Amino acid sequence: MKQIIPHIVLGIGALVFFFPFAWLVSTSLKPDHQIFVFPPVLFPHPVRWENFRLVFEYIPFFRLIGNTVLVTGLNITGTLLSCSLVAYSFARLRWPGRDTLFVVMLSTMMLPAQVTMIPIYLLFARLGWVDTFKPLWVPSLFGSAFHIFLLRQFLLTIPRELEEAALVDGAGYFNIYRTIMLPLIKPALATVAIFTFMANWNDFLHPLIYLNSLDRMTLAIGLRLLQATHGSEWGLLMAASTMMTVPVVIVFFFTQRYFIQGITLTGLKG
Amino acid sequence: MRQAERRAGLLFCLPWLLGFLLFTAGPILTSIGLSFAWYDVLNRPAFVGLENYTRLLTGDPLFWKSLANTLYITVVGVPLGVLTGLSLAMLLNLNVRGLTWYRTIYYLPSIVPVVASSILWTWILNPQFGLLNAALQGMGINGPSWLASETWAKPGIILMGLWGSGSTMLIYLAGLKGIPRHLYESAEVDGANRWRRFIHITIPMLTPTLFFTTTMGIIGSFQVFTQAYVMTGGGPVDSTLFYVYYLFNNAFGYLRMGYASAQAWVLFVIILAVTLLQLKMARHWVYYEVEAR
Repeated sequence: MKQIIPHIVLGIGALVFFFPFAWLVSTSLKPDHQIFVFPPVLFPHPVRWENFRLVFEYIPFFRLIGNTVLVTGLNITGTLLSCSLVAYSFARLRWPGRDTLFVVMLSTMMLPAQVTMIPIYLLFARLGWVDTFKPLWVPSLFGSAFHIFLLRQFLLTIPRELEEAALVDGAGYFNIYRTIMLPLIKPALATVAIFTFMANWNDFLHPLIYLNSLDRMTLAIGLRLLQATHGSEWGLLMAASTMMTVPVVIVFFFTQRYFIQGITLTGLKG
Repeated sequence: MRQAERRAGLLFCLPWLLGFLLFTAGPILTSIGLSFAWYDVLNRPAFVGLENYTRLLTGDPLFWKSLANTLYITVVGVPLGVLTGLSLAMLLNLNVRGLTWYRTIYYLPSIVPVVASSILWTWILNPQFGLLNAALQGMGINGPSWLASETWAKPGIILMGLWGSGSTMLIYLAGLKGIPRHLYESAEVDGANRWRRFIHITIPMLTPTLFFTTTMGIIGSFQVFTQAYVMTGGGPVDSTLFYVYYLFNNAFGYLRMGYASAQAWVLFVIILAVTLLQLKMARHWVYYEVEAR
């Protein structure tokens, strides 16, 4: 009995939060004469798949999804490699200047990205990298403060004895990093990978600034282009939006644990 | 051995150090320099002293408008976001059955790509055929024209933001789970009712989380861009031209790189000031338990 009221409230809330999804998918399957009606119909009749086919006709969708996967993949690889190595150095190795640099790194997180955005753009433009993917992924090779910090916190919890035994056996530091540290922080690496995936799949500003040609665009920019050219064809736009969202939802369902762990950590460590 | 450790330490740190010089320290210096110059990319930068700053603060109504718009969504949007996230987390913390299902449903909207959710919400907020006005109609309310209205465009964007409260909810939920049970138990023994337990235990124990989420919320709100770019293009009549949007227009629309750099530094000062103010106020309302280690 005590459970009923929370269930009612939670249920209504869930309905409100879920409805936009239903509306997204339902509109994507509707013919125009069911879209422009008031009051709206929820269930498309007849179901029209044509909207999805048209997306492929108006923008090179496979190309765009390929580009997005490529940029995202490169970013995940770069971020995991660079951030874990730097985090290992900050967490486990003693060298002069380490603590000062660590504070410097933390303070860079305070700097709004807008401050460095223009000079970085000018730098990449000078290198002739505009309208290539390089500005979107090369920076990931140099690590990012937030992820380094997150991984460092994990690495700090590993007991000293493990690496000391390896050192006695004559293992080098890189080997310790590769064979002892990396396997132990796999869950944290998964979290970083997911954050990077989300950030890049959803990124709008950077592709907007750097990419111009249609066959080099990412999904986010392609979707925007579709909106700019077919602004009132809601069935089409909802079909394209659905297709951009589905991969994220799939990744979420397979990696839910790391998603939630990541967000929780962000909150607690902050 | 120590020698080897030092060398390895510095070597492994090198990626970040190089990145710091290339993508942070260097650009900071360049950006400071540019903010005192007039630079349109095509011609050499011309030194203009403080002109960018004085023009920004005294001769540019759009700057003030964009700042006011940003303050609006911050002052209205951030507290509403906290309230939504906290309420959802409180409800989920009741340990009802099907908790994971509810949690998933509430969280899911926050992972939808911004471009996709912006386009979806443009359609939901459509004055004639949109879902929201249909729902309002059902309640006997004549819905406004949302994104087409100078008054309602910002609330529309805030509403869409609330749909994505799921990630803040998760942070609160973790915070709530971290409150030791024995506090509630002893309060119950002392005869404190549900409301008093909420006011005297839950809220104080949650203040560090509240502090974190409001700080991040404010910083995020000052950097809103994509939603406005996709949903309204800054209109109608610049009513959704937010700070970073105007900065973007100056830099990449009108190629006023120096002017936009000055704008970026003003943003930095604003964010820094707000954060420091929050830290200062935090001493009066954030409760940190003495950590036992």
